Amino acid sequence: MSDENGVIYRISGPVVTATGIRSRMYEVVRVGHEGLMGEVIELHGDKSVIQVYEDTSGIRPGEPVVRTGQTLSVQLGPGLLTQIYDGIQRPLPVLEKTMGTFIERGVDADGLDLEKVWDFEAAVSVGDEVAPGAVIGTVQETETIVHKVMLPPNHSGKVASIESGSFNVTQTVCTLEDGTEIQMMQKWPVRTPRPYHQKYAPDTPLITGMRILDFLFPLAKGGAAGIPGPFGSGKTVTQQSLAKYSDAQIVVYIGCGERGNEMTEVLDEFPHLIDPNTGKPLMNRTVMIANTSNMPVAAREASVYTGITIAEYFRDMGYDVALMADSTSRWAEAMREISSRLEEMPGEEGYPAYLSSRLAEFYERAGRVETLEGEDGSVTVIGAVSPPGGDISEPVSQGTLRIVKVFWGLDAGLARQRHFPAINWLSSYSLYPQSLDQWFRDNIATDFPEIRTEISSLLQVEAELQEIVQLVGSDALPVDQQLTLEVARMIREFFLQQNGFHDVDAYTGLEQQYKMAKAILTFQDSAKKALAAGGLLEDVVNVPARTNLMRDRFEPGYVDRVDGLVDEMNQQIAAAAEEN
Amino acid sequence: MSGKEYRTITDVKGPLVFLEKTEPVAFGEIVQLRLTDGTMKNGQVLDTSDDMVVVQVFEGTAGVDLGSSVKFMGDVFKLPVSKDLIGRILDGAGRPRDGGPAIVAEGEADIIGAAINPYSRQSPHDFIQTGISAIDCCTTLVRGQKLPIFSASGLPHNDIALQIARQAKLKDSDEEFIVVFCAMGITAEEYNFFRSDLERTGALENAVLFVNLADDPAVERLITPRLALTAAEYLAFEQDYHVLVVYTDVTNYCDALRQIGAAREEVPGRRGYPGYMYTDLAMLYERAGLVKGKKGSITQFPILTMPGDDITHPIPDLSGYITEGQIVISRELHGSGIYPPINVLPSLSRLMGGCIGEKTTREDHKSVSDQMYAAYAQGRELRGLVAIVGEDALNERDKQLLDFSGLFEDKFLRQSRDENRSIDETLDLCWDLMQNISTKYLVRLDQKWIDKYHPTEKK
Ligand SMILES: Nc1ncnc2c1ncn2[C@@H]1O[C@H](COP(=O)(O)OP(=O)(O)OP(=O)(O)O)[C@@H](O)[C@H]1O
Ligand SMILES: [Mg+2]
Repeated sequence: MSDENGVIYRISGPVVTATGIRSRMYEVVRVGHEGLMGEVIELHGDKSVIQVYEDTSGIRPGEPVVRTGQTLSVQLGPGLLTQIYDGIQRPLPVLEKTMGTFIERGVDADGLDLEKVWDFEAAVSVGDEVAPGAVIGTVQETETIVHKVMLPPNHSGKVASIESGSFNVTQTVCTLEDGTEIQMMQKWPVRTPRPYHQKYAPDTPLITGMRILDFLFPLAKGGAAGIPGPFGSGKTVTQQSLAKYSDAQIVVYIGCGERGNEMTEVLDEFPHLIDPNTGKPLMNRTVMIANTSNMPVAAREASVYTGITIAEYFRDMGYDVALMADSTSRWAEAMREISSRLEEMPGEEGYPAYLSSRLAEFYERAGRVETLEGEDGSVTVIGAVSPPGGDISEPVSQGTLRIVKVFWGLDAGLARQRHFPAINWLSSYSLYPQSLDQWFRDNIATDFPEIRTEISSLLQVEAELQEIVQLVGSDALPVDQQLTLEVARMIREFFLQQNGFHDVDAYTGLEQQYKMAKAILTFQDSAKKALAAGGLLEDVVNVPARTNLMRDRFEPGYVDRVDGLVDEMNQQIAAAAEEN
Repeated sequence: MSGKEYRTITDVKGPLVFLEKTEPVAFGEIVQLRLTDGTMKNGQVLDTSDDMVVVQVFEGTAGVDLGSSVKFMGDVFKLPVSKDLIGRILDGAGRPRDGGPAIVAEGEADIIGAAINPYSRQSPHDFIQTGISAIDCCTTLVRGQKLPIFSASGLPHNDIALQIARQAKLKDSDEEFIVVFCAMGITAEEYNFFRSDLERTGALENAVLFVNLADDPAVERLITPRLALTAAEYLAFEQDYHVLVVYTDVTNYCDALRQIGAAREEVPGRRGYPGYMYTDLAMLYERAGLVKGKKGSITQFPILTMPGDDITHPIPDLSGYITEGQIVISRELHGSGIYPPINVLPSLSRLMGGCIGEKTTREDHKSVSDQMYAAYAQGRELRGLVAIVGEDALNERDKQLLDFSGLFEDKFLRQSRDENRSIDETLDLCWDLMQNISTKYLVRLDQKWIDKYHPTEKK
């Protein structure tokens, strides 16, 4: 028996042990008569331990195992956008074509359509020196996105020939003087981060259109955020909202161990939804990965790496990429399941001891970088976390919180009150405001950070007052404190609550966010004045113009009307004081 | 290799049997054990290698000794499928239990079931009217949804499940569901209750029952729901039926899973349940839905009892993370004599948003449902306050809300076990009850619906 071919020695669920091959760690192997795809994850003497990406029922010891010499890689090139893949980059539409409604096993599928012909426009000329990562040409991949064809990171030289024209992704579009032929498709091993020149500190916010996020807990382009929350608290709705409205140029959405119907929803919706930033369907900028809860766990483990590698590839073109992983807990559980089959020494709650380093390595692949080509590109990572029983003292939540700088904590109590997004404003945080404040001052309003501080301290004060109210009732409070409660209620109901399913309310631009926040503070000021002038709290807070101000946000064009509505409210409040 | 018998058992532990040196045995292969007294048992391969095979025995290992022989059947577990399944009662391993003939198979299907390609799914959006106001109004059931009942011991979840099975239909349609009923470790009494009700209403003719009772082998429970779902998939996606799968009790299923994990000395997860329980449950719950190009559908109505009434227990917790909402049964409401004692506050139907409204239920449904929920939630909260400060301390609004919460339970929630309210009746009832709150406090109701539907203020 050669070193290339071995046989199965043992099968235990998704983990198969083979003897007779001299494989390398993380090498892809073919398992059994059906040639199921697997990856070597451990070596013991002459035994290779393999995680298999497909169901292993019916496979027997003695069946063949064949090396491929490759590590688990993705195909990168035009054709990624608008596609939906499983965890190991098999396009789901292709799988449907070959096997129908149900995913059977033993079917290979290329990540890219190898036949499809693209219009390649050369960007360099014969004789040019090209370095690793250099953009040698472009392809209009979708209506809105230009795909930059880059020299793979391990190549450089002088261009010997290059041609614009129609090519598929495997045809040579460029040759270097040393004879290297370059195609539009390159491969990259998913577990290795793609190289860049250097990382920069993020200084620009990822604008999401969700008021509580942008205004109170902003995330930077190139940053990382964690969204922990119990079931039904709004992780998926939030992630989908970000995928729809955030101002990233490319979105990679990973459904990792979650529901099939949620992916269907994205597939149904995105082609019809218009990207507020380009005016074109959202699908144009989106790559999806769907390895649902009932699909093989080993492929679930791989899915986040497949996703982040694709994200890095677009970053290398100089794009701002946002990646959502829903849910990283399911990824961690896949690691746990494989680890337990390996009979590894378990760490906390049965998770492998390397859980936190894997989490850290993953989030470290986020960042704003200078690409090899010298461009500015970023990958922003937003990971949902599903803590058992909603208790974030567990290892995945804790491992995540140690790394990410933004914590959007979803709260079961708020969800039950139907306060959406159910993000707890007291426990959530962002460590980015310092690096982003300059941007907000320059681009939105010079006092943006100060307004934010005022709003959040009002919420803080409310929490303290609420404790007293629990004991004595709100009528027992002095009137200025009752007003504070009213202002805080306005912050919650008018500003923080946002209906993710409402055509207009789901997205609020930063200018409008700022105006809404100012409107609340203006209300506070005029109400204070009116109270000082002898107005009654009851009259002051119930002026119809304030209700209008609050309700009108559901109608389009609100940003242009806010100022007028605020004026009207001020007048009515002043009038309410005079009546007394 | 199949058919050969081995007498190489080395260890027996819990429901597991360990054998040495066999021909290559497939992972997941079905196994027959012959005990020294001639008793036959069935099992399945959990781990296989050149040296050792681990078999889980469905009927438990009582009576197994080292002299027992083991025969490998050469294939994974399959269910013979056919339209003849309809009207039949089978045991937890798929054998006739009704004295009828063996099922004449039109085909065989692997009971593990392949995953539906997410790209091939179709979003569920058809409203199912259950005739139960709390569900239809507040946690609307959608055809193709998986919506579990989170209950607890001693509560009437079975009555509710049966009422739904009896009454469920699409609005304005007489199309019937085929009910696939799957019992996992429930008592004979509970089972008889289900069966006689299905018999009484004639629903049995349109049902398939898979029955594993409390005194049936515990490990068999691990395959019973898979048989039921395999039958459901066949009927839905090969025979175009709309199938409603009711299975009870998921808690017994999970306990069987825990038993296997313990016997294999696996590192346990929370409360001793295996770390892979999420994935395992997902492989049941995700077998619901609609797929492109097929007429049928699978709607799942799993029932689970929360140990210690604790919703954070791993069984309801992991279920909630997979299903598309939950209907929570309340001991407190049950205690105050209300049937169905559904607590709408922690209940949720995630697919509701896409299925209610003008075209499907009624234009005011969303508005009404939001308002009913909000008013009840506030009223309930006030009960706590009243206990401290007394009712006199309440202002007018709070008094109305407090009273409303009582009416909500007494008139809206409460209905009899055979009362089948249409969605229009349910929504009209809501308006009727909301009259007790002055409209200025009904802030979640759109003015246009007040103008159109409010019994006294409509225009
Ligand atoms: N921003 C929002 N606006 C309106 N409704 C929301 C919002 N967020 C959540 N919801 C409601 O809460 C439900 C559950 O939200 P979601 O599916 O995002 O929860 P989740 O945290 O992802 O749960 P799981 O962990 O089980 O996947 C939604 O179906 C919707 O009814
Ligand atoms: Mg979710």
